[in-house]
Amino acid sequence: MFGSIAEAAKAAESEGKTIAQVALEMESRDQGRTVEDIRAALARALKVMRGAVEQGLTGDLRSASGLVGGDAAKLRTGPDGPLAGTLFRDVLMRALAVQEVNAAMGVIVAAPTAGGAGVLPAVLLGIARDKNISDDKLIDALACAGLIGAVVAQRASLSGAEGGCQAETGAAAGMAAGAATEMLGGTPMQASHAVALAQQGTLGLVCDPLGGYVELPCVFRNATGAAIALAAIEMSLAGITFAIPADEVIDTMGEIGREMDVRYRETAGGGLAATPTGRRLAKERLTQIRRA
Amino acid sequence: MVSILDIIGPVMVGPSSSHTAGACRLGLIARDLVAGTPETALVELHGSFARTGEGHGTDKAIVGGLLGFKTDDERIRDALTIMEKEGLAYRFEKTTLGAEPEVHPNSVRITVSREHRNHVILGASLGAGRIKVSQIDGYPVEIDGSSHTIVLVAEDIKGSVARITSILSDAGVNIATLRLTRKHRGGDAFMVIELDERPDETVRDAVRALPWVKWSHRIDKVGG
Repeated sequence: MFGSIAEAAKAAESEGKTIAQVALEMESRDQGRTVEDIRAALARALKVMRGAVEQGLTGDLRSASGLVGGDAAKLRTGPDGPLAGTLFRDVLMRALAVQEVNAAMGVIVAAPTAGGAGVLPAVLLGIARDKNISDDKLIDALACAGLIGAVVAQRASLSGAEGGCQAETGAAAGMAAGAATEMLGGTPMQASHAVALAQQGTLGLVCDPLGGYVELPCVFRNATGAAIALAAIEMSLAGITFAIPADEVIDTMGEIGREMDVRYRETAGGGLAATPTGRRLAKERLTQIRRA
Repeated sequence: MVSILDIIGPVMVGPSSSHTAGACRLGLIARDLVAGTPETALVELHGSFARTGEGHGTDKAIVGGLLGFKTDDERIRDALTIMEKEGLAYRFEKTTLGAEPEVHPNSVRITVSREHRNHVILGASLGAGRIKVSQIDGYPVEIDGSSHTIVLVAEDIKGSVARITSILSDAGVNIATLRLTRKHRGGDAFMVIELDERPDETVRDAVRALPWVKWSHRIDKVGG
């Protein structure tokens, strides 16, 4: 697989292809599988993503603790805010929906991780519904997102325990931003700027879930991660470029992750998890799980 | 090698790709070492696995893997209940296996036994469902579960590698990587052979029939 976004974007531009195409060709060579076979696997992932969104929107899901759940439905039927009826609100709703399913031990696609699984389906499926985009293009977008995630995995990390939330919802925002930019007709370079624009906005983000459980703030971090991805897509498609290349932003994320104190890496030792309320809720939750 | 399908995947039961899906995959590998559901298991959780495993269902996921459930099997939710119903009593302990960065924060040691065979693996969940098994029975290995793999212990005799590779080539199974380690010269050799195709039972029987092979197992691929 490509080791940098720059390499992939260059390969795509010089061959007059999309990042998705060069990603699928590289994956085919690496894994000894046909492009059709890989696309079929991505189509299955897409189906599970859709299923998770639908399940999450029914609104009666609760995590084992009851700490999260039911909020996606509020965005569907709750009172209007300034973004009522927009793609933006729709995307936030979908991100919460997938994460609520995840917290309830439902079936999701880790993309790149389970903790960050809401961002990519929310952004891609939300935009696809709004703009009437075909499943074929969505599958391409998943391949493009996969390549971006693979670069992050090689250069930095995709694990909250290693690199904080910037490595999970941050990476997911970069993947969603790059993939959606290309899906909407952006060039490989625009997709690359979208990755940089999204991930610069999540640098330093800590992983501080209450009790260490993928619930709070994870569910909401997926919604805000999706919002950052939408901002990056809009800026990049408008022709805005980010001066620091995507690969260097990703390297920076890795460096910050390595320097991050262990309290901020999924251990519930710092951040929101260590607040008086965070500690109290986590304790109550564990009692509830043990009782269940 | 990182694959797009590792990143867009696995399809899994939540809530955590490292603490649930990766944990399940490590359980599946331990299961394959005893070629079936272990009669006993000791699961020693380290670092973040020990600290936050309970809320992530790490215990359920590892037990699910030991019972043969894949990452997307919804029975993982009820794995502990199923374990009890089957009369199995796997034990969980919290431990410290070493210091970072030598030991990954999401590490686990799983000791399994079935039909008088005992094996122990040391593995880590690296994020996004990716895993690495770094030790089997004390031998250093590097198994990421993305290929079908044969592991075997053999007496350290000349020509052993050639004999095994010819069995595989006769069966039309292509070797992706082959790694040989031993604890000391003349000691037992530990072979890890990653394959492009899943070897069938005839390969297993041919390998096991070699008089100098002490034991061998097939580990099915769990991801990729």
